[in-house]
Amino acid sequence: MVEKKSPKGLFPAIWDFFASVQLAIVTLCTISVVSIFGTIIPQNEAPEWYIKKFGPQVARFFDLFHLEDLYGSLWFKALLALLSANLIICSIDRLPRIWKQITADNLATPPKRLMAMKRNASWTVSGDPMAVTEKISGLLAKMGWKIQSRQTEDGTLLCSQKGAWTRLGVFMVHGSILVILVGAIIGSVLGFKGNVSIVEGESTNKVRINDTGNFLDLGFTVRCDGFSIDYYSNGMPKEYRSNLTVLENKRQILHKIIKVNTPLTYKGVTFYQSSYQAYNDFILSITNQETGKEKIFMAPYQKPLEWQKEGLRFGVINEDSAGEKVKRIKIWLSDASGTPSVLWLDTNGKATVKRGGKQYLILGQQLYATGLQVAKDPGVWWVYIGCALLLLGLFVSFFTSHRRVWLLLSVKGKKTSIYMAGSANKNKVGFDKIFSALSEKLKAAMDNQHTVS
Amino acid sequence: MTSSDLLGITTFTYLFSTLLYVGLFVFKAKRLGKFATGFTLLAFIIHTIGIGLRWHESYQMGIGHAPLTNMYESVVFFAWAIIAFYLIIEWRFKLRIIGVFAVPFAFLAMAYASFSSDVTQGISPLVPALQSNWLIAHVITCFIGYSAFTIAAGLGLMYLIKNTQEGKGSSDTLIGSLPPLRQIEDITHKTMMFGFIWLTAGIITGAVWANTAWGTYWSWDPKETWSLITWFIYAITLHARYTRGWGGKRVAWLAIIGFVSVIFTYYGVNFILSGLHSYGSI
Repeated sequence: MVEKKSPKGLFPAIWDFFASVQLAIVTLCTISVVSIFGTIIPQNEAPEWYIKKFGPQVARFFDLFHLEDLYGSLWFKALLALLSANLIICSIDRLPRIWKQITADNLATPPKRLMAMKRNASWTVSGDPMAVTEKISGLLAKMGWKIQSRQTEDGTLLCSQKGAWTRLGVFMVHGSILVILVGAIIGSVLGFKGNVSIVEGESTNKVRINDTGNFLDLGFTVRCDGFSIDYYSNGMPKEYRSNLTVLENKRQILHKIIKVNTPLTYKGVTFYQSSYQAYNDFILSITNQETGKEKIFMAPYQKPLEWQKEGLRFGVINEDSAGEKVKRIKIWLSDASGTPSVLWLDTNGKATVKRGGKQYLILGQQLYATGLQVAKDPGVWWVYIGCALLLLGLFVSFFTSHRRVWLLLSVKGKKTSIYMAGSANKNKVGFDKIFSALSEKLKAAMDNQHTVS
Repeated sequence: MTSSDLLGITTFTYLFSTLLYVGLFVFKAKRLGKFATGFTLLAFIIHTIGIGLRWHESYQMGIGHAPLTNMYESVVFFAWAIIAFYLIIEWRFKLRIIGVFAVPFAFLAMAYASFSSDVTQGISPLVPALQSNWLIAHVITCFIGYSAFTIAAGLGLMYLIKNTQEGKGSSDTLIGSLPPLRQIEDITHKTMMFGFIWLTAGIITGAVWANTAWGTYWSWDPKETWSLITWFIYAITLHARYTRGWGGKRVAWLAIIGFVSVIFTYYGVNFILSGLHSYGSI
């Protein structure tokens, strides 16, 4: 029954090798063992780091086998390619045979094979095979089994099957892994991963590519209108937030507040909140409350500034900080008359200063730069589709099966003798129950018919 | 009554459950059976209420989130998933004996969570990266898988114990009272298939989450790599039955090796290796 089929080629042995389950097992074992090294040896550090940490000889050994960038190395990719080749060739090797089983003419199954099946039942009912066929077809159809029938030398053969297509589950699983790998290749060829740091109020149209360190022109501009951090009462960070605007030809196209887990996407390029940098500079906004005139100043720490039109001189002369976060700043402010004003201002807070007859409102903020991961990955949908297909395929392969039942009806005097057999390609224990329930139901229903007639 | 009280009680009830199942096995005290199941179910209900209460408490603290975010919470949930899965298996296959090889894992997990000094029990707020709905999907899928693999390992152990007696024929002995090898193998295989789907879903939800948070669905950090290694081990195990000479004994060993890999992925990586996935060690 198991026929060994190899395509006629020059290398049938090689073909069989690539189609074998053994190769799959060996490849998976190898990838697993090799991968462990990459989890123990820190990856992608600078060459000097390895020399310092492990000594020059070990570092040279790492370099030789690319152990410092194991998953990006050519030989690791070769292992993945071997796994892919195995998946492809084993599928090509097995698909025709499975396809034959799916499309097989079940009514052509020789009675000998039916007689040899482990799951079987037989009984006798009154009535001729024609009437019995009709009755059984009706009963089985009600239970969701569609019947086909054919006259054979041995009598009327009925057959019904469910889930023939589920034999394709394994190909869905193997195919889905290939789809995921294709997605990964598309991403690495056509996409990029980069990062950029933008100071509040500034903008950029270039990002630094992570791998090469080169700059890439985005073709549009991103501006950071603001960055802020919220903290929980225990001091843990609660939220990092960047206020971003996308500009193209100096026109504002898109505006979004991004957070960790809520990125911004424009033209296939996505910006992720990933880090920040706090500066020892401050953004001061001063408003003359009489005239309503407002001006925003960038105030470096301890550097005097001037608002000439108002005749104001001012600066940040002291600060009260916890780590990199400045909690409040001391502002010195003077005009031509009287003693200068000195006041503490909470960052993100406001204060008013009276100078003679005038009153000024001052707002102070610490200056930040937002750090963004920038990624373009046109392969990601392939990966996601592959993942969905993988889950579906696993479900089909594990929990569904191809189930078949046959009934052979033959004339026995005035009665009809029924032989019933069944088979399933998976979950045989489960099918045993289905089969016996089915045959019992049929028997019971036919007995009723017997008493009625 | 706080959630810590309830979860503390749970630890002891699982100890008692373990003793009941062991008693059932060792003394063949069949009458204990229903009591063991009933008691475990009761413990499970207390456990569930404990987790629910902790969830509620986090909202009262104003930092509401599902109790699935640090080592303590995940170990508690792991134990919960083990018992949930075990009770389903017991009901489905009518085999209480599996309890001897399953319930102790839940007890050990709870005991570790309750008494180890490595684990902080406090409810802490979520750092920005964890504030995502993918968190719940990721943790739940992973731990359903882990719990199935835990029970598969218990069954693997049972298989190996039973295997030592094979051929000796006596069913009077302690080991003889274990289910037949073929049945153990069948349940192990089904359990691993079930776990494999959920592990797959766990890896996928993790990848999707990583992509929304960092823009990379796969970065080969140690946690990801170890989850893939674990996935490979079970993939190998599930293929083994299509290979000649890979009988029940090897598969039983693979179920145990797979479980060791699960534990390393879950626990070892956080404490021994470093990576993106450091939240679990908080």
